[in-house]
Order: sequence, then C-alpha cells, then structure tokens
Amino acid sequence: MSDKTTQIQILGSGCTTCKNFFELTKKAVEELKLKTAVEYVDDIQKIVALGLMSSPVLVVNGKPALVGFTPDIKKIKQAIQDNL
Amino acid sequence: MDIFYPVKLLADWLTFGLFAIAPETLLGETVNFFIYDTVKIFILLAVIIFAVSVIRSFLPPEKIRFILSRRNKYVGNVLAALLGIVTPFCSCSAIPLFLGFVQAGIPLGTTFSFLVASPMINEVALVLLLGLFGWKIALIYIGSGLVIAIFSGIIIGEMSMENLVEPFVYENTVIAKTKLSEMQWHERFAYAKDYTWGILKKVWPYILIGVGLGAWIHGYVPTDFLAKYAGADKWYAVPFAVALGIPLYSNAAGIIPLVSALTEKGVAMGTTLAFMMAVTALSLPEFMILKRVMKTKLILIFAGIVGAGIIFTGYLFNLILG
Repeated sequence: MSDKTTQIQILGSGCTTCKNFFELTKKAVEELKLKTAVEYVDDIQKIVALGLMSSPVLVVNGKPALVGFTPDIKKIKQAIQDNL
Repeated sequence: MDIFYPVKLLADWLTFGLFAIAPETLLGETVNFFIYDTVKIFILLAVIIFAVSVIRSFLPPEKIRFILSRRNKYVGNVLAALLGIVTPFCSCSAIPLFLGFVQAGIPLGTTFSFLVASPMINEVALVLLLGLFGWKIALIYIGSGLVIAIFSGIIIGEMSMENLVEPFVYENTVIAKTKLSEMQWHERFAYAKDYTWGILKKVWPYILIGVGLGAWIHGYVPTDFLAKYAGADKWYAVPFAVALGIPLYSNAAGIIPLVSALTEKGVAMGTTLAFMMAVTALSLPEFMILKRVMKTKLILIFAGIVGAGIIFTGYLFNLILG
C-alpha cells in the first residue's frame, strides 16, 4: 500500500456541514499519518454521477467510502482505511 | 390518562421541593412550565426521531428515486410528498437530490413536491408541534403541508418549466448504478441512535432558549396581549408572519416553542401555522443553493406558489379555528 496512489476527496455542495466534514477528514488523514492531501470538490455532478444523492461524500480512490455527514472522526478513519 | 404525568410530578418536585419556590407565584409557575416542557420535549424528540430514523434506514434517497421514477405524474406527486416526510433534509443535499431525481427522468413537478415536503414536514417540527400544541394541530400541519407540497408540484409540472432549469442538468443523464448493501437490524439501530444523538446535540440550545422564552411569556405576558395585533380578524398578520419566517430556517427548533407561547397570548392559530410552515419550507439559504441548478425565475415561481399555499392555509385555519 503506497500513499502515492491514494486519492482522498470530499464531494460537497459548499454548505457549512460539508466544510466541517472536510476539516474533520483532513484531521483524520493527519491522524492516520497518510501522506496525501484531502481535496475538496465542489462539483455536485460528480456526486450524482456516482449514483448518490446526499452530500457530503467521502471518496477514497474514486470509490464512495462514506455518504452523508458524520461528526465521528473514528468512522471517517475507518472508512478511509477500509477503502485504501 | 396523561402519559406525561410522571414528568409533571418531576417538574413539581423540582420547582416546589428542591428549588423551594412558592407555588402559585409567577416565578413558580414559569419555572414549573419550563421544566415540564423541556423534559417532555426531549423525551418526545428521542423517541420519535429514533423511530423515524429506523424507518428511514429502509428508504435511502437512491431507493426513493427508484420508487418515484416508475410512477405517473399525479401518483408521483402524492408519493413524493409522503416520502418527503421521512427523509431528512439538509440544504446540503438539495442539489444532489434535485440533479439525481431530474436526471433519472423523474418529472420536475414530482421533484418539487419532494423538495417542498421534505424540509416542511420534518421530525423535529412534528415533535415540537405534538408536544406543545397537541396531536390535532400536528395533524393539521402534516395534512396541509402535504396538500401544499402535492399541489405546488402539480402546478409547476403543468407549467412545463424545464427551460428554466440550467441546461447542464439535462445534458448529464448517465448515472452509475450503485449497489446499496442491505442494512442489518443492528446497523439500523446504530444509525438511528447516531442520528437521534446528532439531532439532539444540534437542537438542544435552541430548544432551551425557545422554551425558556416561551415560559417567560407564558408567565409574565398578559393573556390576549397580542390579540389586537395578530388576532384572527387582522388580515395582514398572515402574510407578515410568512415574510418573517423566510430568513429563520436554522432556528426552527427554538421558534416553535416560542410561537406556542405567543399563540396563548392571542396570535391566531392559522397565523401561527403559516409562520411555522414559512420557517421550515421557505428558506433563504436553500434558495441560494438552488440557484446553481435553476434560473432565479423558477426559484421565485416555486417560492411564490409555496408561499401562496401557506398564506391560504393560514387564512383557512384562522377562519375555521379562529
């Protein structure tokens, strides 16, 4: 497992909840000591293209890992690790 | 039998026993009212939000889209409004829902029925209505909310306003089929617990402030004080209440307790209903977000139709209940 290939994105509509989720995910990535940046994607068409209809979405390597907001950083970490 | 009788006992014991405030004083009554309402509302919130979340775990938006995409338009409007009751609605999801529905071929009118019902008839508002106004008013609220959602959607559908939707919406119709794994019962309960806890954490300050102000009004403001400004015979009260409700969305949890106290002081019931509907259904931040997928004209038409429906409901119940 190499960090170089890991891509972590937050797809959101730009609302405050999505921004909070983005911040939490950055923190989760830091705590997991992954050398990858978290990218915030404001293109909602991407969410719909994945077949989803809730925002925000945590996408790890192109796959939806977590749909909808959760304030639980442990769950975010778990979702990232499960999808690496 | 009142199932909240134990809460009454608790409130009495706390106020008159522990805090030793003399009963039949203004302060005693206010504190008693505050404790009783707060405890009752939090119990109702926990129970009802949990139950609604379990039901909701069977109906993710992706499944709702599947259900709605196979109906004709009138049945679709009714179903969309009904499904709107159990779905949570955060303005964050307004756009993905809108795109997801429309791109899956669900008619614009059906989509709007859902967009109206979903925020207007939500579990927090229901609990507060049930706890503070009783089940009759709660049912009237749900019923009129559904009627407004269904008819707004049908009207928008009949007006064929697809040309007022941003063109890119119709250009993308390829949607990935995501397989949603079926949840286990323990997962449903875990989801419901998390969701209920999340909502409680978010709304408790508003509820305390709302109920607190309400208790103060209940105790210290003379009955019928507001009747001369907002009684059923004042024609301007309803539109004024609706206009006032538009910028207040995020505080729905605090506003309903406050409004229940105002009703006691002479604001007519129809006006109160219209105000609460405007707070939940007409939200300025949601309109701003919707601008990304539709022209301002369509948002104005949408707000105008829903607003007119709410104002009509307000007058109607002022006439019936006033």
